[in-house]
Amino acid sequence: MILSMNWLNDYVDVKDIDIKEYCDTITVTGSKVEGWEKMDKEISNVKVGLIKSVEKHPNADKLVVCKVDVGMDRDLQIVTAAKNVYEGALVPVAISPEGAGLVAKVHGGEIKTGKLRGELSEGMFCSIAELGLDLHDMPLAIEEGILILNESKVECKPGDDVVEVLKINDTSVEFEITPNRPDCLSVIGLARETSASFDRPIHLHKPVVEEAGGDIKDYVDVTISDPKCSRYCARVIKNVKIAPSPIWMRMRLKASGVRPINNIVDITNYVMLEYGQPMHAFDYSCISGKKIDVRTAREGEKFITLDNEERTLSSDTLVIADAERAIGIAGVMGGANSEILESTDTVVFESANFDGTSVRITGKKLNMRTESSGRFEKGLDSEMCLEAVERACELVTLLGAGEVVTGSIDIYPNKKKVYKVPFEPKRINEFLGIYVSPNEMKAMLDKLFFSFDGDDLVVPSFRDDVRCMNDIAEEVVRMYGYNKVEASRIVAQLVPGGLTPLQQFRRKICTLLCGIGYDEICTYSFMSAKLYTKAGWKEGDESTKSVEISNPFGEDTKTMRTSSIPTMLEVLETNATRSVPSVRLFELAKVFIPRENVVTNIHGLEGTLPEERQKIVLGTYGSGNDFYTLKGTVESLIDSAGIKNVRFVANKEFSVMHPGRCADVYINDVKLGTFGELNPTAAKNYTFSSRVYLAELDLQTLFENIQKSEKYSQLPKYPAITRDFSFVCGEETAAGDLAETIKNCDKTLIEKIELFDVFRGGQIAPGMKSLSFSVTLRAKDHTLTVEEADRISRKIISAASFKHGAEIRS
Amino acid sequence: MDIKEQLEQIKKNALDMLNSDSDLESIRVKFLGKKGELTAVLRSMGQVSPEDRPLVGKHVNEVREAIEQAIENKKSSFMEKAMQAKLKAETIDVTEPGKKPEIGHRHPIAQTEEMLVDIFVGMGFSVVEGPEIEYDYYNFEALNLPKNHPARDTQDTFYITDNILLRSQTSPVQVRTMENTKPPIRIISPGRVYRADPADATHSPIFHQMEGLVVDKGITMGDLKGVLELFAKKVFGENTKIRFRPHHFPFTEPSAEVDVSCWECGGKGCRVCKGEGWVEILGAGMVHPFVLRNCGIDPDVYSGFAFGMGIERIALSRFGIDDLRLFYENDERFLKQF
Repeated sequence: MILSMNWLNDYVDVKDIDIKEYCDTITVTGSKVEGWEKMDKEISNVKVGLIKSVEKHPNADKLVVCKVDVGMDRDLQIVTAAKNVYEGALVPVAISPEGAGLVAKVHGGEIKTGKLRGELSEGMFCSIAELGLDLHDMPLAIEEGILILNESKVECKPGDDVVEVLKINDTSVEFEITPNRPDCLSVIGLARETSASFDRPIHLHKPVVEEAGGDIKDYVDVTISDPKCSRYCARVIKNVKIAPSPIWMRMRLKASGVRPINNIVDITNYVMLEYGQPMHAFDYSCISGKKIDVRTAREGEKFITLDNEERTLSSDTLVIADAERAIGIAGVMGGANSEILESTDTVVFESANFDGTSVRITGKKLNMRTESSGRFEKGLDSEMCLEAVERACELVTLLGAGEVVTGSIDIYPNKKKVYKVPFEPKRINEFLGIYVSPNEMKAMLDKLFFSFDGDDLVVPSFRDDVRCMNDIAEEVVRMYGYNKVEASRIVAQLVPGGLTPLQQFRRKICTLLCGIGYDEICTYSFMSAKLYTKAGWKEGDESTKSVEISNPFGEDTKTMRTSSIPTMLEVLETNATRSVPSVRLFELAKVFIPRENVVTNIHGLEGTLPEERQKIVLGTYGSGNDFYTLKGTVESLIDSAGIKNVRFVANKEFSVMHPGRCADVYINDVKLGTFGELNPTAAKNYTFSSRVYLAELDLQTLFENIQKSEKYSQLPKYPAITRDFSFVCGEETAAGDLAETIKNCDKTLIEKIELFDVFRGGQIAPGMKSLSFSVTLRAKDHTLTVEEADRISRKIISAASFKHGAEIRS
Repeated sequence: MDIKEQLEQIKKNALDMLNSDSDLESIRVKFLGKKGELTAVLRSMGQVSPEDRPLVGKHVNEVREAIEQAIENKKSSFMEKAMQAKLKAETIDVTEPGKKPEIGHRHPIAQTEEMLVDIFVGMGFSVVEGPEIEYDYYNFEALNLPKNHPARDTQDTFYITDNILLRSQTSPVQVRTMENTKPPIRIISPGRVYRADPADATHSPIFHQMEGLVVDKGITMGDLKGVLELFAKKVFGENTKIRFRPHHFPFTEPSAEVDVSCWECGGKGCRVCKGEGWVEILGAGMVHPFVLRNCGIDPDVYSGFAFGMGIERIALSRFGIDDLRLFYENDERFLKQF
């Protein structure tokens, strides 16, 4: 909402208040000012001048020298190239006579006294553009040439300030009005707020209509056939003379951000801005059968709106129709078939109230949003319809735009309910933590047009946002001053706050990963489905079946990821293409797994929410990173959860990963996740120059299997014996399996098994490898004897040979 | 030569030798050994008169101690020299780079979220989370935003179906909490939210919010101010002031937009606060009775307040970052700065 301050001053006089102070105060009481602009800020020292003579310039064919009376004790000399000046013309002159200490400014810059081809020019005649105006603002002017004020029917005399005679001396204040206050989308609404905020009287005006005879009943009959229209008021204007509206109206519209068109249309816009009540004017000659009916459209009905677009209506669209067809979409836009034209002779003014939701749905369906629909959809006060149309009629007479036919139409089947709210000053004070006496409170509410009915407050009809104690409390506190509320400490029961164990565990994971050199990333949870195939998933793979957004911007924001790997790969690629030589990255990333027919709510709501799981995703490339460093990280994470019974199983099937370099991790029989090297086939879809390693572990699973014991275990009292074994075995023998065999040789005395060397080549036959283990043996209750150690060693050697054909390397 | 002179001579000889010879052991043997010169003197003690013996004995011991001390001093001095030589030989260039283990960094948004969470945890708040894909009911309807409510225009929402959407705020967590918990309630709900705003320097279709909710008997608007004032001081410094401006949110009444005094200029007006002296940082208000009642809490008995802030906005201000997109680009050279 853009407010003209001149207009506001008609209602509440705040002329003496500095504009910045006005904006700050009105913001603090609840009407937020986004900004303000003085319309004449670019203009100074532009006066009305009477051209007394026009003579040829002695040295230039295209210039003339004028003597101009600008109300000073002498005439000024102005040199101009304009062709449309003549003796007797009243023109705007930017004056800067030498020695007068005046600086003239217009749109385009400062004007100074100077010589033009040898002749003194003490200023400049102005065109409309130089005054910041256009042909809509000054319809009788010309664009190329000087604005001739008498031709534009501007009443003025030499020496008058042009800013004042053209009513440019206005300030536009732009408000951000919240959707609960449609009443403030009007000059009167903001005047009410201004009056209450500054404690100044408001001068409300009851329109007086001068009726010119005839009877509206002979012109038109109105019916409401659908309850989505709660009131319909109409007036008829005859002998209409379409013309530009007067300058004061045009400039107020301009200051309010509305373009002037002609007197009738300007009046409807003027009333809409003043009252907040959208209006429409129909050309009476286009209304068939003297009949206006508010009804719903027929499904598929075609209709051409004022903007010359053909619209297809549906059966829930509310329309204004004549005896035959729709002539307007209720509350949204009128029809081209009944538009006001130069030739219009009789006009029907509509001032009606339409259901907000209905207007909103219609606007959405038709993809139309107008000044009118934007107001209706917030819910307007049906009480103001009649006064608004009366005001329009008053303006018609004032502007001489036509004659008002006697009588008005007002179809208002169910008068709007009056709402009452109990007045509870004590509760309000307690709730806000302030003290305002009941009488002060009453005075505040009185200024806001609340009245009293016993102990109840009567809510003004334009305040549909006020229905309960909290709403009254807000009225009180915004008038009292939000910033006068004293900060206090909650006085309440102690509640144990803090992080849940899972939240604490997440922090621990992050700290651990940062400690071993992983940087945390943050990626979008939606992506393009193409990233699945880019990462190596097969087209249509079951695990890529994703939740999809129905109204995305495009492919990139459509698919809710089921894996955190594709987004990690994108980040790795971003870094690789920016020549970051090596990275270690991680994210705790949510993935969304679709599911069906699972009850996930208690309200019987339709549809099933997907399963949301948080993944720990790791991604590395570059020096210092390989399969085993990644595996080590995975192991550290598992260790940090105190989890012991973990198995790593080669996975050759997962198409994203290298079939020979991918493992699944299991805790007992529960899969924790997968890690490995990005499949070189998939890697071709990226610009990586080194191998990429990825891991995705399920955070919840890790958390649920935490085995941390709080108790300490005694430090060993007896020494250990360490025996090293170098086995030669076939390539097919997995080190992990061999270690498992060793471990099973003695579950009590074997404390630790460590693979410390893997060797191929040299004396080792092709297809074979050497695996060197260091085995630590220890007894809890005695010093282990050499004999015991020898016995276990023999057992290890024979088991390795028996189970894996592994022989001790000679 | 009497015995006293003899002893002085031995002492002199020994010290002279120590000054010129480095073989400390042979000097010790020569003078102090079993067959050494001093031992010889001791052996000749028999010739000394019994009354003189204690004096001579004392003298012998003095000489012995002097020689032993001199040998010991010489030894330490040799060791010291050897150590000096070793240290010199082992000197390295300490300006060569260290072998630094690479340390990772938390994402700036995560760091900021953690900082905010810790502030409220310190005030006794619990941290509650909820689904990011939500029912329209929890995201809007239960919060006094029925379908086709004009206030829905202020948030463009991503929908999955007519009833399921990507939550546009973390408020559904509050609704779920109120449905399942009896007051007193004191929670914060940090998390990801989604709005259909294309990404640019100041918008992101995904961002992080943290909302707070307190419901109990006798909670006042003054309490809301108290909590937010504490919070603002913790985040932006002890001298920070807050300012409430009336606003409208469907789920709170009264509602306010909350500004903090500019952390850059302290309120004088600068580039950061666009000359205003204040920066808008969060929205807040007293929980609307409709919302309480809808969650099974009697608004005639209980009252509460709620507030919400954008974590990115605070991170941007905290780190002086001017483009939101940097957070989601994840350039390692950016990440390593935090």
